[in-house]
Amino acid sequence: MSTATETRGSAAAEGKKKAPAGERVADWADGRLGIYSLAKANMRKIFPDHWSFMLGEVALYSFIIIILTGVYLTLFFHPSMNEVEYHGPYTPMQGVQMSEAFKSTLDISFDVRGGLLVRQIHHWAALIFLAAMFVHMMRVFFTGAFRKPREINWVFGFLLFVLGMFTGFTGYSLPDDLLSGTGVRFMEGAVLSVPIVGTYLSMFLFGGEFPGDDFVARFYSIHILVLPGIMLGLLVAHLILVFYHKHTQFAGPGRKNSNVVGMPLLPVYMAKAGGFFFLVFGVIAAIAALFTINPIWVLGPYRPDQVSTNAQPDWYMGFSEGLVRVMPGWEVDFLGHTLVLGVAIPLMILFPLVLVAIAVYPFIEAWVTGDKREHHIADRPRNAPTRTAFGAAWISWYFVCLVGGGNDLWATHFHLSINAITWFVRIAFFVLPVLVFWVTRRICLGLQRKDREKVLHGRETGTIKRLPHGEFVEIHEPLSQEQLHTLTAHDQYEPVEIGPLKDENGVERKVSRGQKLRAKLSKGYYGESGQIPKPTREEYHELESGHH
Amino acid sequence: MSSQTGPDENVSDDENLPAAQEESHGAEVVEADPFADPGLPPHEHRIQDIDERAAKRSERTVALLFTLSMLATVGFIASFVAFPIDEIIYVWPLGHISSLNLALGLTLGVALFCIGAGAVHWARTLMSDEEMVDERHPVAASPEVREKVISDFKQGAKESALGRRKLIRNTMFGAVALVPLSGIVLLRDLGPLPKDKLRHTAWKKGKLLVNENTNEPLRPEDIAVGSLTFAKPEGLEEEDHHFQEEIAKAALMIVRLEPNDIKDKRELDWSHEGIVAFSKICTHVGCPVSLYEQQTHHVLCPCHQSTFDLTDGARVLFGPAGHPLPQLNISVNKDGYLEAQGDFAEPVGPAFWERG
Ligand code: HEM
Ligand code: FES
Repeated sequence: MSTATETRGSAAAEGKKKAPAGERVADWADGRLGIYSLAKANMRKIFPDHWSFMLGEVALYSFIIIILTGVYLTLFFHPSMNEVEYHGPYTPMQGVQMSEAFKSTLDISFDVRGGLLVRQIHHWAALIFLAAMFVHMMRVFFTGAFRKPREINWVFGFLLFVLGMFTGFTGYSLPDDLLSGTGVRFMEGAVLSVPIVGTYLSMFLFGGEFPGDDFVARFYSIHILVLPGIMLGLLVAHLILVFYHKHTQFAGPGRKNSNVVGMPLLPVYMAKAGGFFFLVFGVIAAIAALFTINPIWVLGPYRPDQVSTNAQPDWYMGFSEGLVRVMPGWEVDFLGHTLVLGVAIPLMILFPLVLVAIAVYPFIEAWVTGDKREHHIADRPRNAPTRTAFGAAWISWYFVCLVGGGNDLWATHFHLSINAITWFVRIAFFVLPVLVFWVTRRICLGLQRKDREKVLHGRETGTIKRLPHGEFVEIHEPLSQEQLHTLTAHDQYEPVEIGPLKDENGVERKVSRGQKLRAKLSKGYYGESGQIPKPTREEYHELESGHH
Repeated sequence: MSSQTGPDENVSDDENLPAAQEESHGAEVVEADPFADPGLPPHEHRIQDIDERAAKRSERTVALLFTLSMLATVGFIASFVAFPIDEIIYVWPLGHISSLNLALGLTLGVALFCIGAGAVHWARTLMSDEEMVDERHPVAASPEVREKVISDFKQGAKESALGRRKLIRNTMFGAVALVPLSGIVLLRDLGPLPKDKLRHTAWKKGKLLVNENTNEPLRPEDIAVGSLTFAKPEGLEEEDHHFQEEIAKAALMIVRLEPNDIKDKRELDWSHEGIVAFSKICTHVGCPVSLYEQQTHHVLCPCHQSTFDLTDGARVLFGPAGHPLPQLNISVNKDGYLEAQGDFAEPVGPAFWERG
């Protein structure tokens, strides 16, 4: 190290000209932080480009926007449930009894110039943050980008999504308005339904009986410190892993599992990604200017005996709301105790079940394929029909619950009966995913068949030719080498076999139930009904020679 | 083997895995293999790469965007000073909105957006768009590195003598396992024990039913047919320290029915001239029930649409609630005011384990 510095120093001395100031600062930092070695590996690191990679970026940038605006809000927000009488600039609330939390939120909206804007940006960014994470997660899912070596990063991303939901929930509970208070009461009801310890948990959470004097302050530290802190850690780990694994890329000429093709970090990616941050921020600021979100001054302060109609949580909580709404009100009384199944099942069993179903999928697929290799080529969804079908089924499951969560909105907007919607959701919860699974798989297989046709018989040109004997045929144009390669580059697995159940000597082989299940699943995934074999070179040549 | 960068950890399981794609080895292979990778297509120049005038145009566009951003920031500061905070304007189709918020948000939005648009346009038109290739390296370490790490670890573990000196190991595990208990104990004072808090409300024998809106004690003649009246117990005032906790349990709704319409015997016994009082707190998860259908005497909870039949002991007709709304036994005192005959007979609000 020291020799390097010396040479650098003497080189500068010889030239009698000092290196430019920027370089000197960099030299100084390198001597202490070793930044050159870091930069050597990363400054011109290659990033592949695909529009869908922007989804994760939207999530990242909205998170940054949330933190920036959140810190601003902490300067004015008072997380206190002390009751005060309002005498501020917002006349309709004059003399109304409210908590300091609510009052300070009114002040942020009506007394602090620009405070309303920051509040609205914070809330809109939260909605967009969760939506972006959701869509980003689906992108990763449908392209199989969760496969080795990225499984852990999939889990990190999933945790970010789940924690984001709870951060959002604690956040919109802070203003202590009529709508959010109703949401908190819902939460208290849910906590009470926990068998055996429910009442204890509720007392500990609220510092006594609901609503008590404590929950805003407690939610506050969870909302601005605990959850964002954990999320920040996960986010940094997530990004480090993205950097380390490098992005996946779609197959194409020159794009292989062993390389990564794209633009260097400096300057192109940096300019695009950095620019994109400002685009996202700009759009969210404009949305916050134009569309009012969470007008707490219309709702008024929380009172446990009052409620606003159309009580709806933010969208990301909607699916748990749906589960609760359509669940029959089962309560079992026995031996002086009550099992509140009507609340406990949807919130303590179904809610985690829906989430965990998607979270563990990568591990299930890895087990079925038994594939331990690294995968850096993003799958086209059609080339993994069973996975794609599972993902589509999961989305339909999620959205059925969302529909249930908005059953009153559906009823009033489309003049349906709540009863009909409830029954629709109950049945669809079980039936729709199966249906969607089946249909999606068929569609994927159809698309695979079409790709196969295209490879073997060329592209339909739309030009019709009349043959001498009067028949009309469409002229097919053979594909270019690039297209042929792209359409055949994907891997295709063969189903695993358990092999004969008796060995050569007629002795029964032990086959565990797990192995049998795996063979069955593998057949479903990769057997005849699970994928269309891609064309082989032989098939192609045979047809070629036939044509000439 | 292009599709296999990691070391092969799983030799036995390999038969079902797809054959790896071969690498292209130049033109001869391409001849023979129609599906071979032809390699990256040659780079195509953009107009800006060839035509300096086009490049200049791009440069001007980018500079214009950055300038717009500067102007918008000036606009933001000007709006901050110029617009009064309490001015509400009507903008179609947005409705009535704060002019300050609109001006600040739009100027900020433009200022940020133009920086982004400028940077992206710059990157797309003026920075090199020639694709480059990086090789990937397997994540897993080479066998030699693995060997070294494992043996280092074994050496370290051996030197610690943890495996040999079981007593140290076991007591250490014990100590580390116990110490978090202190943390859990510290959480004890987060709240009181539930005891029977959820079983009692502010209602007591002789407490008057006070109208929520007028704050006046209710008399039977105040309860009109076909309307829902909300009441709280006498003596509970909004300014009271525990008002929120008390009203969360004691909130009452009162309706007047035809005594003949009342199907439930106990309900009739606990009514007064057809006036019945039920807990307003939904038995599902605790929203205030508030929508009343006069013809059918059904009440609906706006949160998850549980519907209760007030003529039949507030039985659940529809929705996720698990049991009827508790009824308050009422009568009239000697001065002609409605009063409670005691507390609710069962806990109000959502069910819980000890409810029974
Ligand atoms: C992933 C992270 C976060 C999400 C999803 C989120 C979401 C929300 C939401 C939806 C609200 C309600 C806003 C409203 O309409 O009034 C809120 C309020 C608030 N948030 Fe966050 N937030 C996050 C992180 C943060 C951070 C890091 C801070 C501070 C350092 C913060 C500070 C606040 C404050 C002070 C409020 C109350 C002020 C008010 O409601 O106007 N938030 N948050
Ligand atoms: S709280 Fe009333 S139906 Fe859920």
